[in-house]
Amino acid sequence: MANAEIILRADSVTKSFGPEGAATVALSGVDMTIRAGEFVTIVGASGCGKSTLLNLFAGLDKPTSGTITVNGKVALMFQEATLLPWLSARKNIELALAYAGVPRADRETRVNELLAIVRLGEWADKRPHELSGGMRQRVALARCLAQGARIVLMDEPLGALDAMTRDHLHDEIESIVRDQNLTVVFVTHNMREAVRLGDRVILMGSRPGRVVHEQSVPLARPREMDSNDIATRAADLTNRLKAGQAVLQGADS
Amino acid sequence: MSETVIAATRTAGARLAAAWSWGWPKLFAIALVIGAWEALFLSGWRPSYVLPSPGDTFGALYQMVGTERFWLAVKTTMTRAGTGFILALVLGSIVGIAVARVKPLRLAVGNVITGLQVMPSIAWFPLAILVFGLNEQAILFVVVLGAGPSIANGVIAGIDHVPPAFTRLGRVLGAGPIALYRDIVLPAALPTYVAGLVQGWSFAWRSLMAGELLVIIAETPSLGTTLDFARQMSKVPELIATMIVILIIGMIVDGVFGSISRRIRRNRGLAIDD
Repeated sequence: MANAEIILRADSVTKSFGPEGAATVALSGVDMTIRAGEFVTIVGASGCGKSTLLNLFAGLDKPTSGTITVNGKVALMFQEATLLPWLSARKNIELALAYAGVPRADRETRVNELLAIVRLGEWADKRPHELSGGMRQRVALARCLAQGARIVLMDEPLGALDAMTRDHLHDEIESIVRDQNLTVVFVTHNMREAVRLGDRVILMGSRPGRVVHEQSVPLARPREMDSNDIATRAADLTNRLKAGQAVLQGADS
Repeated sequence: MSETVIAATRTAGARLAAAWSWGWPKLFAIALVIGAWEALFLSGWRPSYVLPSPGDTFGALYQMVGTERFWLAVKTTMTRAGTGFILALVLGSIVGIAVARVKPLRLAVGNVITGLQVMPSIAWFPLAILVFGLNEQAILFVVVLGAGPSIANGVIAGIDHVPPAFTRLGRVLGAGPIALYRDIVLPAALPTYVAGLVQGWSFAWRSLMAGELLVIIAETPSLGTTLDFARQMSKVPELIATMIVILIIGMIVDGVFGSISRRIRRNRGLAIDD
């Protein structure tokens, strides 16, 4: 994987909001390289610019300075599934297919394939409010796949779910990502989740957002959220994040 | 077998109970109003040629409903209401979308639309009569001016309150500007739009009644002229009967809008008031 094609790259990226002089710096000098097929998790406290970074990768925003390189089609998954409430699960996915230029005649077959991948075939014609939070995120994932993207940026997609549903979706996301050959950047504030899912974990500090530390996770899959290996690594990373944050705050005062 | 029968009876019984619990407060209210009216009539507060009894009034209503002239009047009025409302819907929607989309336009006329909505549309009639004459156009003009601003404001408010997450989603999915409006923004604005239509309808109906009382066109019976003739001829039971018809038509149309609005909200898992 070390030699795989670079698919996402941030070079000295800085992003600030607001008027010059009184601007809030959301990201400062961020360097990041993500290769094809990697599952990278980004962890940090709130205000570390995680979501801003994803917006830059998704092309929804432009960096104030530095460069973003994206090599492939990008799809985004949010904390809220953001399904259109007036459309059934099927129609929500179909809309993404339509925008991706899939011919009308092929859409139904493709939707059925995608629903099967996220195991929601029986729920195809339900509207979002009739689905559970976990199901809604599975529709959102199917919609990402419908876009034909090879890169999926996930912004705390499981943050609003209960622990059981979340563990279940970890397994599912993991297997779908592997089967569909996706590259994933997964943002979370849960250190264990980061270690559970990531081939590599990137720690980001806040005010301003920057990379504090990064580390690969050589644990074999499938992994258990509650295993000791994960707990130990998560604790270690938490300490590193605190230390990284302390260094900066020390410099401030 | 017996179980099924019991279940079926229960459902029928439950349905009856539901209908009763829905209906009795309404029946009770109607009975209360008619009772108070009867009491007022019996007290002799006003002579019976000014305030007729409920019995005389409903008798007049029954007779009126049997005449061809009445249905002609209803047809004229409803045609005007329908034409005016549809015209207001088209114009209001176009203006609403334009104002929501184009910032300078919003700065220029955004407040004017609200101003027009607040302005009693009957105030337009003198001008409308001078410009168009005592004819259908004058009535239509005022009905459209009455309903249009509410509809336009419904569109504007609906578009303004589309969750930013939806427009962001549209961009992420790669929707072009037209597709974004067609597939995401306008459907998301629909519940507020329908609320604007309901309000627009009530303004249209009020403007129309004012118009039919002011602009009386010969040989064209309408609910407004029926009211006016009944007053001139001192046929008070017929006058009140016509008022009841106007009330009921307004309520029926409002009920139709209400059920459309409830269906939209139910489909989206939104709270349904009432």
